[in-house]
Amino acid sequence: MNCPEARVLLHAYLDDELDAPRSAEMDRHLAECEACRSHYRNLEALQQSLRAPTLYQHAPAGLAARIRAQLPGEPGSRSSRRRWHWPGLSAALAALLLIAVALAGLQAIQMRARGNDALIAEAVSDHQRSLLAEHLIDVRSSDQHTVKPWFDGRLDFSPQVKDLRAQGFELVGGRLDVLDGRRVAALVYKRHLHMINVFEWPAGSNGSDINSPGRDGYRVIGWTQGDMRFLAVSDTSDLEAFVRDFHGAPALVAEPR
Amino acid sequence: MNTRARFESEVMRHLSAAYNLARWLTRNDADAQDVTQEAALRAFRYFDGFRGGDARVWLLTIVRNTFYSMRAGAPQEHPLEDFEEILEQRADENTPDPEALLLRVADARQLRAALEALPPEHREILVLREFEECSYKEIAAITQLKIGTVMSRLARARERLQRVLGAEASS
Repeated sequence: MNCPEARVLLHAYLDDELDAPRSAEMDRHLAECEACRSHYRNLEALQQSLRAPTLYQHAPAGLAARIRAQLPGEPGSRSSRRRWHWPGLSAALAALLLIAVALAGLQAIQMRARGNDALIAEAVSDHQRSLLAEHLIDVRSSDQHTVKPWFDGRLDFSPQVKDLRAQGFELVGGRLDVLDGRRVAALVYKRHLHMINVFEWPAGSNGSDINSPGRDGYRVIGWTQGDMRFLAVSDTSDLEAFVRDFHGAPALVAEPR
Repeated sequence: MNTRARFESEVMRHLSAAYNLARWLTRNDADAQDVTQEAALRAFRYFDGFRGGDARVWLLTIVRNTFYSMRAGAPQEHPLEDFEEILEQRADENTPDPEALLLRVADARQLRAALEALPPEHREILVLREFEECSYKEIAAITQLKIGTVMSRLARARERLQRVLGAEASS
């Protein structure tokens, strides 16, 4: 290795980014070249000085809280204070506002349908996330008598858990999830290789039946039974059969504990 | 876990890294807070599209993009590199005494001033490497540069910083 080459690679050597053979070459070169050695010592000193903790700029107190207050869904969120001015952005905002006003009437009419659409989209994404994040279940059991009590104390209601093994749907377990801004029970059933999430929560006022092709190949079926609302999500072609069976199966009565 | 909770545990914990980069890019606290805040809100908006990976690298990428979009202009790439070549050749003619340099480097206040005097392209790469201790690969992801370019730009940034410090030392 000659000096011009070394001067270029010295930085990668310093940063421990050189591969082993070239790193060894560099060791040899530095051992015999005083000029490059001195250059390297300088770089090392520079790096150490730069890493002095006083140079690191920590986020000031209050910044995190201000950001949290601006995130959607946070109570008391307000528009950000701006010190920089962007005419382009203001124009864009004005245009958005106009569109929003124009759409307001239309939205009122579509509210009911949109409510369901949003719920369906959220249920599908909860379902997908439960598969992706390997957070499918909090309590793993095929026994409804284990799954049901697990929810007690974790929710302000008691979900119905049904045994559908005879119908070919195996109970895998359950977990807590969030849907439409509230904690819901999620039951996980399995049909061959397909997972089924059943979300369950006390029925509100608007509990219309849903049978939607959903999104991304996941069908969503929603129904109300007694005072409970149910939403089943899966990519299995047997979802309708599952819902029929779930609907028809006897609910587990409260267990003596 | 809902989106807010996930955002909190994966992204918000890197807020200091985000602010540090923004602070060095903007060179003042008020603008740095604006950039950090805007970047965090953008990150939240795009969070559904974030599929795992390193949340810190992802957030720093957004901070950097936010800074350049807020100051309404992409970083100038080629003119800088050309300019660098010329500077480099001149610098080779009178390299400052390395020992004198070593003594001066320890002063944090001078270092801060020297860093702030660098063009943003050099400042950001030094901040990512020395303060955030990012690997070349991570820097390449954040700056959207090739790894080879990361290495040569880092080399130039350091040499330029040394020259600024050296010039101060000899003045």
